[in-house]
Amino acid sequence: MWASINELKERIHAGSSEEIVAQYLDRIGKSKLNAFIHTVGESALSRAKEIDKNDIEGPLAGIPVAIKDNISTKGIQTTCASNILKGYIPPYDAHVIERLKEAGAVIIGKTNMDEFAMGTSTETSFYGATKNPWDLDRVPGGSSGGSAAAVAGGEAPLALGSDTGGSVRCPASFCGVVGLKPTYGVISRYGLIAYANSLEQIGPFATSVRDVVTLFDVIAGYDPRDSTSVDKEVNYSSALMNDVRGLNIGVPDEYFGEGTDEKVEKAVWDAIHTLEDLGATWKKVAMPHTKYALSAYYIIAMSEASSNLARFDGMRYGLRTEDQDWHTTFSQVRAAGFGDEVKRRILLGTYALSAGYHDKYYLKALKVRTLIKQDFERAFKDVDVLITPTMPYPAFRLGEKIDDPMSLYLADVDTVPINLAGVPSISIPCGFSDGLPIGMQIIGKHFDEATVLRTAYTFEENTDFHNKRPEGS
Amino acid sequence: MITSKDLEHIGWLARLELSEKDKEEYAPKLNPVLDYFSELDEVDTEGVEPAYHVLQLSNVFREDEVNTKCSLDQEEALSNAPNKQDGFFKAPRMM
Amino acid sequence: MYDNPDGVMIGLEVHVQLNKLKTKVFCGCATDYHNDPPNSHVCPVCLGLPGSLPVINKKAVEAAIKIGLALNCKVEEHTQFYRKNYYYPDLPKGFQITQYDFPISSGGYVMIEGEDGELRVGITRAHMEEDPGRLVHEGTIDKSKYTLIDYNRSGMALIEIVSDPDMRSPKEARRYLDKLRNIIEYLDVFDGNLEGAMRVDANISIMGGQRAEIKNISSHKGAERALLYEIVRQKNVLRRGGVVVQETRHFDEAREITLSMRTKEEAHDYRYFPEPDLVPLKISGWAPAIKETLPELPDARRMRFVEQYGIMDDHAKALTSELKLAIFYEDVAKKAEPKIAAVWICDVLKGELNYRDLNIDSFKKEHMLSVLELLAGKKITEDGAVEIIRTLLDKGGSPEEIIREKGLVIVEGDIVETSALEAIRENQQAVADYRAGKEKALNSLVGAVMKKTKGGADARTVREVLVGKLG
Ligand SMILES: [Mg+2]
Ligand SMILES: [Zn+2]
Repeated sequence: MWASINELKERIHAGSSEEIVAQYLDRIGKSKLNAFIHTVGESALSRAKEIDKNDIEGPLAGIPVAIKDNISTKGIQTTCASNILKGYIPPYDAHVIERLKEAGAVIIGKTNMDEFAMGTSTETSFYGATKNPWDLDRVPGGSSGGSAAAVAGGEAPLALGSDTGGSVRCPASFCGVVGLKPTYGVISRYGLIAYANSLEQIGPFATSVRDVVTLFDVIAGYDPRDSTSVDKEVNYSSALMNDVRGLNIGVPDEYFGEGTDEKVEKAVWDAIHTLEDLGATWKKVAMPHTKYALSAYYIIAMSEASSNLARFDGMRYGLRTEDQDWHTTFSQVRAAGFGDEVKRRILLGTYALSAGYHDKYYLKALKVRTLIKQDFERAFKDVDVLITPTMPYPAFRLGEKIDDPMSLYLADVDTVPINLAGVPSISIPCGFSDGLPIGMQIIGKHFDEATVLRTAYTFEENTDFHNKRPEGS
Repeated sequence: MITSKDLEHIGWLARLELSEKDKEEYAPKLNPVLDYFSELDEVDTEGVEPAYHVLQLSNVFREDEVNTKCSLDQEEALSNAPNKQDGFFKAPRMM
Repeated sequence: MYDNPDGVMIGLEVHVQLNKLKTKVFCGCATDYHNDPPNSHVCPVCLGLPGSLPVINKKAVEAAIKIGLALNCKVEEHTQFYRKNYYYPDLPKGFQITQYDFPISSGGYVMIEGEDGELRVGITRAHMEEDPGRLVHEGTIDKSKYTLIDYNRSGMALIEIVSDPDMRSPKEARRYLDKLRNIIEYLDVFDGNLEGAMRVDANISIMGGQRAEIKNISSHKGAERALLYEIVRQKNVLRRGGVVVQETRHFDEAREITLSMRTKEEAHDYRYFPEPDLVPLKISGWAPAIKETLPELPDARRMRFVEQYGIMDDHAKALTSELKLAIFYEDVAKKAEPKIAAVWICDVLKGELNYRDLNIDSFKKEHMLSVLELLAGKKITEDGAVEIIRTLLDKGGSPEEIIREKGLVIVEGDIVETSALEAIRENQQAVADYRAGKEKALNSLVGAVMKKTKGGADARTVREVLVGKLG
């Protein structure tokens, strides 16, 4: 069930897409992971049939893809795992969905996530937590936990997530798959239901760098409907070179700090040495403002979120409670529709933007963001990529942190600086700790996905971590 | 420190109805976070410009041309409305 | 000097809809929704659907710069959109995309005719923003059991023009509004006749007290009414020993009163921050180029009319107070005597149009020209010309037809002679009075001739003929 795109294409060629789609749907139906909020079996099968019948071509012709439930899909319920959007059926497709359809992909369902992408564990979903395929008592990471678990658990060969502060890389790390957060502006956000606009990007999941690149190539590129979309033509498949000779790797000590699991630290250093053996060099780099990234990130994200989520008032779509006067109804709809973590973030974001606090929190955070960006610019004068752990530790237990928001926020310490700087970053498997996957993060310069992908691909070609599968899931 | 009175004000600003129980439960969860955020006070940001955008983009426009590809007809526009009447969305009374 | 007895200070926030653009400000929806069903000119962006993103209409930015320049503002080189966070059912995203710290233009002025001569009304700023949707209440806003929402208007490009509190009477406020509309119509970015094209929020205080903000004013007359009501209301509060509180009030157009809208929401905190989905605009260099293309504005045209056509300043002012009227006049003046054309268009035609609540579109240039031609050729009397204009407005047709049907052609020669002789024969008493030196007696003889010619004779000619015969 963990077939690559090329294997699937051969099987489609020999048999049919319909058959393959049916197999995946069957596996999802029997799954204990709760990776999907819902599947669209009928329409997926009929689309597969159509592709088989008309010999539709395309880089993903007939290949099933799972979509995070915060990406708008025309005619398919899109809830952001929130009660407030229960039953919402977008009348339009996100840009990435249009691209997938043009490429012949078959959308099989919408994956579970932290409500409105606000979380690190996929436990805040209105539809219940997703489980980690490597250990059903553990979280898959978040917020794109459903997409990562689906790929890791063999329920979809490819999936899309979104990454605001690590939401693709964290679950990729916890679930032992490959997940890419591209440079800000490379993939159109049109149709992605916003959590924090200035930070987030849609990102691909797969079991290999090669498949991530194929999916990335399909969804990346300019879209005039997103003013922050960048008009650059890049072909990422040319990055698939097994060669890191002459590559300069930077290693920032700040990312191996207090709270980082020893086994994680060792696995990442082993990986750096492996790349060294393959011809790369490495050196330490200083990123002095890393310590402040978490605060800056959360203030900015929550501030933007408090505004983004103001549209959920029950008037045009979504949950509606009994009518009182308008302002009261509005407040009650939201009280009934949002979960606790979403409410906490809306309240904190509202506070951070409010009169008297705007400068102390919001404006200060944006200034710190500038300093963090400058840390990256300085580091990239000397090195080609940075390598760090993706997460400070492997997947934690379900329920372990959910009642303590601060400890959950701290888990994002190595991923959020990347979103503040807008640079690309990938998480790939680089080891195991007591049977749980460990992820390594490779970070590049703005628009230098090619070097990030080449580094990841070379490591993958020369190691075996990505071929391990969770047993019994 | 966010007090339960602050919470009531922020709750109103955010149009989130908070029960007495909510107000009791939220303050102890929000205050440690705000405490943590206060570490930013120690960063010297004198003369530092805020980074509103991460890329240096400017002047992104569209031409003044009708785009029917994106438009929705009335039925599509109202398709998710919990309450509608005569082609309008129906909202509660204002006052 | 106008001494402003009540210490009235009025500042206006005028929202001008750029309804001559083809599309809305942040999406490709067409702007020609005015006669269409509700919610039929919408898309994910202007409906505020989750995941939609705004993209700026370049023409809207150009129009904003044009307006800034025409209002003598400084156009900024760097501008940025912000989110203004507040909640109202007409606002589909829970915030309005507007401008805050870096408005596209600011610091201008408009000259109007004040209570005591020319008045300079300062323009604080003129910034870009998006229009909310339209709300429909059953009856009035305070009694309606529900609220209906139409988002066709949502996302229309608006320019919000904020004045300094320089106006001292409702009349000045109305003149300011007229002038503003006049200037902006000249720029060809907006049609003031369309519903909702220009909407006004008025801030008014008296005697240095707190100001009330009156919302929902949709006409210039409404603004004047609302402000008059508000002055009386505030004076009454003071007279009773009360204090005017700062608040938002809603103008009830039907009842011509303002209603307090005070609720908890009054504690405004808009939490402005830069719109992350839109990137900054760097428009240095645009303004000079756009300035080159600005058309002649009303004041300049007024001066030119006086110089070029030798007409009175009052006429020039009236003729340029509306772009269409100015164009109408100029087209007519090219083919007729300009001074006489000015008199007939300003003093007669405009009055007849106003009386019927019509605008200049309701009258054909060719008709004006033929009326002027008939007058010049002494084919009709002045009364006849007025009758033709009235008939054209009320029933249509052509001047020639109307002259024929109503017998308006000037009666001359034999018929006048015959009628005069008849009148003399039938009014011997008047003839005797006249001959006895009573000049006034001639009037009744003229009247008798006019009656016989059914008003078709020229009164002056009749008088001359009578004097000759009696002399
Ligand atoms: Mg405004
Ligand atoms: Zn639209």
